[in-house]
Amino acid sequence: MKKGVMRPGHVQIRVLDLEEAVAHYRDLLGLIEMDRDDQGRAYLKGWTEVDKFSVVLRQADEPGMDFMGFKVLNNTVLEQLESDLTAYGCAVEQIAAGELAGCGRRIRFEVPTGHRFELYAEKEQTGKWGVSNVNPEAWPMDLKGMKATRFDHCLLYGPNVEATYALFRDVLGFDLAEQVIDPEGNRVAAFLTASMKAHDIAFIDCPEPGKFHHASFFLETWESVLRAADLISMTNTSIDIGPTRHGLTHGQTIYFFDPSGNRNEVFCGGDYHYPDHEPVTWKAEDLGKAIFYHDRVLNERFLTVLT
Amino acid sequence: MPTITVENAEACQTFEIKPGESLLVGSEKCLSRAIPVGCRGGGCGVCKVRIVMGRYDSKRMSKAHICERQADAGYVLACRVYPLSDMRIEVVNQSQAEKACLK
Repeated sequence: MKKGVMRPGHVQIRVLDLEEAVAHYRDLLGLIEMDRDDQGRAYLKGWTEVDKFSVVLRQADEPGMDFMGFKVLNNTVLEQLESDLTAYGCAVEQIAAGELAGCGRRIRFEVPTGHRFELYAEKEQTGKWGVSNVNPEAWPMDLKGMKATRFDHCLLYGPNVEATYALFRDVLGFDLAEQVIDPEGNRVAAFLTASMKAHDIAFIDCPEPGKFHHASFFLETWESVLRAADLISMTNTSIDIGPTRHGLTHGQTIYFFDPSGNRNEVFCGGDYHYPDHEPVTWKAEDLGKAIFYHDRVLNERFLTVLT
Repeated sequence: MPTITVENAEACQTFEIKPGESLLVGSEKCLSRAIPVGCRGGGCGVCKVRIVMGRYDSKRMSKAHICERQADAGYVLACRVYPLSDMRIEVVNQSQAEKACLK
């Protein structure tokens, strides 16, 4: 049941070299650089996103994900979810408005897979980049690289996927859109949505907590995914796999790495989900086809290369 | 061009590095690919090797995979190492199976 969580709002990614990372996300993915703060963090977003930023880059000694944030409908919802999380047994940390430039008050909590999440109700709205909200043109003419339209979701690896799914379902109101079930009946992957998208956040079972598999960005068409592949080659960017299609969600995709080894995805298409839909199930013994629909063989890197 | 010798490869293996190429990219271009390939960005730790001998430049690599103690002992991530002379290296035997999830 919906609890007022609206959408993935931001992800803060740790990088080894900030300027190298900004160049990758700005010039190759085509995100818009929006701001810097006095901690040295860089703020970016996809051009269709109305809020000020969705990707925050922080220079650190170890790559990976600091946290992912979801925007909720309003402050009443934020207060309700804060008390629901506390009642559920989560330690909730308060982060003052303005700690991220342009973002309102945030609450932060850790889930059993070892990842940190945030909820917030307010963020400065700068509008879609390069187009007006009145009689908008189709797209801005001076986009760079892959012209990624928005930050879409993250895939995270860690233990206790079941307990994390329960928290997202019972407290935050997410639906299970797709899942992978092993022969013993264990849910080893959970793709969760707060919207009609096939996933707003996904988890895959892994013994090591808090691991970052990828941040994903949406493109309009398969043609754009192929063009992204061309750009990855033209720039000698580290490729993982693709272009191909997923069985899970049926999205058309390509994976590559940022200069610090954090995995990125750009994708198009994908299934949709309504709250009355039964979850789609893939069997773990067919995981190759579930993940890489054309090759039908898993590459080990997809399961083991994480930050 | 620097020549790299992998001392503990199954068959004694050497490959050459072109200017500006990392140790890992040089290995990837060689058919037998002695060094495992991960993210190529110093983040995932898969391409860990030990430098036995040789001079090189390096870029930053994740402290989660190369701590100071390991760095002092000559461990590096091959994707962040740019050879300046002939080198002798050992591939660190990290069992991929151990790292595998979902198994």
